[in-house]
Amino acid sequence: MALLEIEKITKRFGTNTVLDDVSLTVDAGEIIAVIGRSGSGKSTLLRCINGLEPIQGGRITVDGVRVDDKATDLRKLRQQVGIVFQSYNLFPHLSVSRNITLAPTLTKGITEAEAREIAREVLHRVGLEEKLDAYPEQLSGGQQQRVAIARSLAMRPKLMLFDEITSALDPELTGEVLKVLEDMARSGMTMILVTHEMGFARRFGSRLVFMHEGRIHEEGPAARTLAEPRTNELETFLGAVLH
Amino acid sequence: MIREFGWIDVLYLVLAMRWTLALTVTAFVGGGLIGLVIAVLRVSRVWPLQAIAVLYVQAIQGTPLLVLLFVFFFGLSIVGLPVLPWIAAALAFSIYAGAFLGEIWRGALDAIPKTQWEAGAALGLGFGEQLRHIIVPQAIRMAIPPTVGFLVQLIKNTSLAATIGFVELTREGQLTTASTFQPFAVYLTVAFLYFLTCFPLTQWSRHLERRSYGPA
Repeated sequence: MALLEIEKITKRFGTNTVLDDVSLTVDAGEIIAVIGRSGSGKSTLLRCINGLEPIQGGRITVDGVRVDDKATDLRKLRQQVGIVFQSYNLFPHLSVSRNITLAPTLTKGITEAEAREIAREVLHRVGLEEKLDAYPEQLSGGQQQRVAIARSLAMRPKLMLFDEITSALDPELTGEVLKVLEDMARSGMTMILVTHEMGFARRFGSRLVFMHEGRIHEEGPAARTLAEPRTNELETFLGAVLH
Repeated sequence: MIREFGWIDVLYLVLAMRWTLALTVTAFVGGGLIGLVIAVLRVSRVWPLQAIAVLYVQAIQGTPLLVLLFVFFFGLSIVGLPVLPWIAAALAFSIYAGAFLGEIWRGALDAIPKTQWEAGAALGLGFGEQLRHIIVPQAIRMAIPPTVGFLVQLIKNTSLAATIGFVELTREGQLTTASTFQPFAVYLTVAFLYFLTCFPLTQWSRHLERRSYGPA
């Protein structure tokens, strides 16, 4: 069974249709790169997957659980699906360690000491173990984003969503974040990335999804689709971002 | 009998200050409890609750404090409830402080970016957990300077309770004036005592404003 199944979803903000009849199936271990112009609905798609945005039609199923069902325990869902935002959204009043341990201690009933061990382990994975007791404002943008990734990993999600996580970073800082993504890709994590990093998409993406005007306009194996786009819109888009 | 304004009168004024402070503390605690409820109702995502909070704040902020005070003092005794100046003042000032503190704290909660709520939600935290662990701790920092600012206003505004015969600092000043006929000296002393109370609070609030996050 697919880990994520999106079936004909519609998302409207007022009268503005942002997602129109979008369907996508993701199997465990896949890495999906979602690309497209701003306003094409790619970020909204991610936000619908973990229930941050309600949908007006269709259905979304994560690991057999309906996201769009009112009866669904969003708390449980969000333990399965992690999301990392463009602007990190760390909690500035909490130390790195507490940023990471807050949710596990509240939602999984584990002790602070156990959670701190998890924090140590996930920080190690993003190469920031020594920042355990630092505060967000003491870190660079790249480091903050790596902590945000670690914070999501601490929930042991089955699916990770990344919403343009390198877009707010200076070019020299994107490398360290991409390296963390590469490590996660190698470890077999199922990931959906909204990204402008075509190099990453080409090397690590199992599939590429090109969104255009609220629809999935083109979809296919990442490397081949990037090399040989079938539609004019994707060709134009790639021409604009690659040159 | 007319006598000179002397040290004994100053002592009485200082003692009357207790009642100014007692009314302030009562109103601040009472108003704080009301304000907390109002602020949380305002950020709740349930519109009837929001509406109740808005209505309360608008009604109180649109009413002179003096009138509120009269409503409780004269109004309640008309319907047969024996109302002491102290009770009327405590009620009126609590209700007044509740509206203003509620609005200050709502502003602080609103000032925390929506993305902080969202980050909490994305980690599986519920509304109450997001509020308690993420939003409120950050909002408190923002709310302290305006809250202390309001506290200073509250201390000064308790002087209005003199009008319903509550013997706090200002009322004591009126009584002293009546027996000494030296209003200038008396009210200057009264003003100085208010200043002595309020000035350190203002300084403290400025100090708090300059703090930032990080290891203590």
